[in-house]
Amino acid sequence: MCLAIPALVVELLPNDMARIDLDGVRKDISLSLVEGVAVGDYVIVHVGFALQRLDPDEAAETLAMFAELGKTA
Amino acid sequence: MSKNKQTYVKPLDLKHGRVEMSHGAGGRAMAQLISELFAAAFDNEYLAQGNDGAVLPPAKGRLVMSCDAHVVSPLFFAGGDIGCLSVHGTVNDLAMMGAQPLYLAASFILEEGFPLADLKRIVESMAHAAKDAAVNIVTGDTKVVERGKGDGVFITTTGVGVLREGISLSGDAARPGDKILLSGTLGDHGMAILSQREGLSFDAPIVSDTASLHRLVAAMLDCGAELRVLRDPTRGGLATTLNEIAQQSGVGMALQESAIPVNPTVAAACEFLGLDPLYVANEGKLVVICAANDAERLLAVMRGHPQGSSAAIIGEVIQDSHGFVQMTTKLGGRRIVDWLTGEQLPRIC
Amino acid sequence: MRYVDEFRDGELAKNIATKIANESQPQRTYRLMEFCGGHTHAISRYGIADLLPSNVRMIHGPGCPVCVLPIGRIDQAIRLAMRQNVILCTYADTMRVPASDELTLMRAKANGADVRMIYSTQDALQIARDNPQREVVFLAIGFETTTPPTAVAIKQAAIEGLKNFSVLCNHVLTPAAMHAILNVEGGVQLDGFVGPAHVSTVIGSQPYEVFAREYKKPVVIAGFEPLDVMQSILMLVRQINSGRAEVENEFTRAVTREGNRKAQNLVAEVFELREDFEWRGLGTLPDSALRLRPEFPTFDAEKRFGIGYTAVPDHKACECGAILRGEKRPQECKIFGTVCTPQNPIGSCMVSSEGACAAHYTYGRFREAVQ
Repeated sequence: MCLAIPALVVELLPNDMARIDLDGVRKDISLSLVEGVAVGDYVIVHVGFALQRLDPDEAAETLAMFAELGKTA
Repeated sequence: MSKNKQTYVKPLDLKHGRVEMSHGAGGRAMAQLISELFAAAFDNEYLAQGNDGAVLPPAKGRLVMSCDAHVVSPLFFAGGDIGCLSVHGTVNDLAMMGAQPLYLAASFILEEGFPLADLKRIVESMAHAAKDAAVNIVTGDTKVVERGKGDGVFITTTGVGVLREGISLSGDAARPGDKILLSGTLGDHGMAILSQREGLSFDAPIVSDTASLHRLVAAMLDCGAELRVLRDPTRGGLATTLNEIAQQSGVGMALQESAIPVNPTVAAACEFLGLDPLYVANEGKLVVICAANDAERLLAVMRGHPQGSSAAIIGEVIQDSHGFVQMTTKLGGRRIVDWLTGEQLPRIC
Repeated sequence: MRYVDEFRDGELAKNIATKIANESQPQRTYRLMEFCGGHTHAISRYGIADLLPSNVRMIHGPGCPVCVLPIGRIDQAIRLAMRQNVILCTYADTMRVPASDELTLMRAKANGADVRMIYSTQDALQIARDNPQREVVFLAIGFETTTPPTAVAIKQAAIEGLKNFSVLCNHVLTPAAMHAILNVEGGVQLDGFVGPAHVSTVIGSQPYEVFAREYKKPVVIAGFEPLDVMQSILMLVRQINSGRAEVENEFTRAVTREGNRKAQNLVAEVFELREDFEWRGLGTLPDSALRLRPEFPTFDAEKRFGIGYTAVPDHKACECGAILRGEKRPQECKIFGTVCTPQNPIGSCMVSSEGACAAHYTYGRFREAVQ
């Protein structure tokens, strides 16, 4: 549950904060629950905190699997 | 016209001054406020008569009247302010009836202590919007309430327009088979406001869409399409407007989610807060329901106008005694687009 | 939106729907519970039921932290909010939950209580810093997704030595609720679980292994978007067809077996298990909720203000309990849609936008009507 959204990290800020961008919407959120996040990463944001980094390779694989299903349907 | 020009010992301090109780008391201070601020900005022959009421020429058609109070907060936002909003809002109410807007009355409730510089900005914005829309602000009123009893300024505008023969638009006129069109992107105004509210602030290049739509409406009326209903989806958003029409007309509706235009940044801002763009306020958009055969032609006319460049056919009116507004989702499933319950609140869950 | 829109694609949805239709065995009924309220909301809002064959049934689970909060807990929050000196900070989700004496936090606000809707615990901390003369209480709700942000706030408050900040803690645990669902005497027959997306990013996939192992129920952890949910349904159908009961992860882009250790450790530093906790619909469950550890007494609002908990029964006609357990559907509640609507909610399942009743009323009630 709990509404969370993947957003792009565009800037690292002091005090374990970061600026994220979601299609032009920018907000400063806390990175205190994650580690090793860099600019260019996507993170899952919930109530002003990054909960986890999104793995782009896994995301691509998941999408490829959906597309694959269409071929053998 | 005043035969003796009133002169004041000191002009209003429009840079650093503030609204005082005397500005609403009916005496010299109020007269000065009206003269140096309101009348100077709204300058027109009717206001210059200087009487309690404006004498207007006979109308060339049926009269249409509308009224709207404006309590928006914050007063100044990306794309506009309470001033131009109050002009556009009432002009649009008249335009939705198919009327040509002509005159506005403006009533101000000012809070003691409100900066005159801000009031000047608001009044000038109103004057600009009125001039742009070719309407005159012909009469008005000013009251001042004690500090703490008002949110800076509240503005109520009443508008009068004229409806020529042959135009009949009404919320109960939608019939099964009619097409539903939207003039542009949803949610711009509501999200522009929300982005500045305390506790929810975020930076986003979202600009309110507040605008006067009467020229777009005139183009639509003139193109020969059979229009049934015109309405602007303000508070409560598109969802509320469509449910109202469905109920008034005793019909249902079937929408296509993928056809509904939403600016990606607005969509993202809604996503962030768990809001649905269908329920977010718009101040420069309209919904039109027309005969099915005329939909493509009407769409072309709307798209050819600067205020309709993102116009789209978003669905059609269907037979349904329950009055449901149904929607086929982007995913291909169905849902209803229900009435708004209370205020749309952001969610975390 | 990247990593969002692609997972809402209608063409891909058709692919998965076709697969589900082809692979589900016509003589079987697949009873699948989506635990998470966010999934309940997504299923209704996108009309996923239209893309499933009739023998694949989604049963709505209790994973809605507002829905499972008993009336007595909202009463506590309202009582605090009505105190002159208190600023009560809350996520917007709780504002309209009906409590005792016809009150809600929204009504308390209208009656003069200082109730403030916030987006993040960071906002609550700032309010405390800006109002040193007032008591600032944060109403903490949520499953394991939302608990780490509360933990961060409490640690931050402790480091800063904030003297006027405390938390009214109602954080609850997912596995405990899943156990409760499966242990209900004569409860609903379930063939598998669609596991929560964001809870799992924090706790990992490991905690669900007990359900596969001991109860022999397959669990597929699903991402938040509709394609994720559909894919997970397909994966469950496949497991059920082949007699498997495993924990599978569809949400590999954000969930690992261990989860977010940093967040888990932070939570363990600040919170401990309550012996038991009352849940709406599930009764009193052991080891199912959290409270602040004794090292943080001044930040625990229950201790700081000496407020006790009084259990308040649900409205007699309200079927939230049965609905939260998956035993009844919203439309089977006698007052659904008539007396109980989002405008006039009787129970919390109708207030929270991800409650089964609200979701069905808002997005799906036309299905019965137009039959």
